Amino acid sequence: MENTSNKYQNIPGWGVDSDPNDNPNYPIKNYNGDDHQRLDWTRPPLQPVTVEILESVEQARMPAVFGTKLPPSGVSGMLRRYAFKYDESEYGHWLNLLLADRINVVEGILHDLSHFRIPNIFAEKGMKADWKYNRKELVTKIIVATAVTTAIVFWLKKKDGKSA
Amino acid sequence: MLAMNYRGPFRVRAQQKPMPEIEHPEDVIVKVERACICGSDLHIYHGLVPDTRVGTTFGHEFIGEVVEKGADVNKLKIGDRILVPFNISCGRCAFCKQGLYSNCHESNPEATAAGGIFGYSHTCGGFDGGQAEYARVPYAEVGPMVIPPDIHPDDAVLLTDVFPTGYQAAEMGGIKKGDTVVVFGAGPIGIMAARCAWFFGAARVIVIDRIEYRLEFARNFSHCEAYNFESLEDPVLFIKKTTGYFGADVCIDAVGCEAAGSALQWITGRVLMMQAGSATALHWAINSVKKGGIVSIVGVYGPTDNLVPIGNVVNKGITIRADQCSVKRLLPKLIHHIREGYIEPRQIISHHIPLKEVSDAYHIFSAKLDNCIKTVLIP
Repeated sequence: MENTSNKYQNIPGWGVDSDPNDNPNYPIKNYNGDDHQRLDWTRPPLQPVTVEILESVEQARMPAVFGTKLPPSGVSGMLRRYAFKYDESEYGHWLNLLLADRINVVEGILHDLSHFRIPNIFAEKGMKADWKYNRKELVTKIIVATAVTTAIVFWLKKKDGKSA
Repeated sequence: MLAMNYRGPFRVRAQQKPMPEIEHPEDVIVKVERACICGSDLHIYHGLVPDTRVGTTFGHEFIGEVVEKGADVNKLKIGDRILVPFNISCGRCAFCKQGLYSNCHESNPEATAAGGIFGYSHTCGGFDGGQAEYARVPYAEVGPMVIPPDIHPDDAVLLTDVFPTGYQAAEMGGIKKGDTVVVFGAGPIGIMAARCAWFFGAARVIVIDRIEYRLEFARNFSHCEAYNFESLEDPVLFIKKTTGYFGADVCIDAVGCEAAGSALQWITGRVLMMQAGSATALHWAINSVKKGGIVSIVGVYGPTDNLVPIGNVVNKGITIRADQCSVKRLLPKLIHHIREGYIEPRQIISHHIPLKEVSDAYHIFSAKLDNCIKTVLIP
């Protein structure tokens, strides 16, 4: 049932921002007409471009600052460059980027291995926390996974035996 | 330096990385004191945001001490402790000059729809984030502010995103005195939005989620009613009935693209990725609000499309208001509210975890282990 008492008025801060004259426009901004000047504002100093930065085709010019970490590289980089040929409203842009992200995961593992580092995927997935706070479910998952794997192995062996 | 390092969906680790450098005359380098994991970090952790590159350091909620500054930084001094809004904003473009600091046009080459955000994929500018020992902060004299000495560091770090975003969610709702406000999602943003709805004079605030411990937390912190949608036959019908078959005055979507509650949305949005995540909360918000009501969206969605009942938006005359929060615009007001004792944001922090244990920290937050509400990483 709807609460019809006025107890809520005792909540700290109740109504402090309820002045109807302080109701901003939407989107919330202090409209000053600058929208009609389009991109004609005094720009900040421009950050030098020192690495490859992929730029949306919807941009008229490079923004004054940007991140320089992880420029596109490898197969995922090639796909990202291709994705940026499409504008932001096209699936060709976003789906290619998502695919590049998945390829990049494999590249990350290969990068680790090439640097003599075996990624500890269990630790990266936070399994230690599972062991501490969610042990029952973790153990259940391990038992189920072991049982399913064992069943598949037995089934494959049996199949091999029959075909031989 | 030690930094969080993304390796792929559900895989992160703490790893040594090169120190950030001044790359622009208005940059500073901060030694990070605290950095939160945001609910929206989980979307990139889960691999849902395009152009999230392996090796990225996440983290758009952080505070720290200025240890190096660019040639054009005059107001900030070495040693200043600053809070860093998650938006990277130039202060000079048409959008920043009108207070739309989250829509800055001078901070993101990769997409025009979003301004630059720390550690939030290359779709948001490709900046490394603050879940590290040190971070580069562009436009340091525009967004960041020196932390007032009477503001607790845990409150300060929540002023970089969670508290302002929750507040703006309520603000965009255009709440009037006596309104019934429904918040979908009892994560940190939803809890904060529910708490802030009272500032605007709401008479009734309802939170809908399915995680019991979070609903219980919302009841206490946000002074609201809280319901588990799994125990309701139909949350939309429940809202209709409990508002006298009228509908809520304002609905807030504080969930975004990983909403549970609909098999169709989950399969098409999360499993098959045929839409930009699961939009169940937005679907419910549109259908639960009254005719002529307002739906405020702060939940994060991907850049493609979502299945939502747009016909009902038209037929009911609903106004939809949405934006990433313009943190800088709200800071003076929200600091005032903390000082007046209206709210103590740091009550939502449930975990302080060392940065070196970042893999566990993400998993605890993502899997909602140990009654986690909000996690702060300590480098």
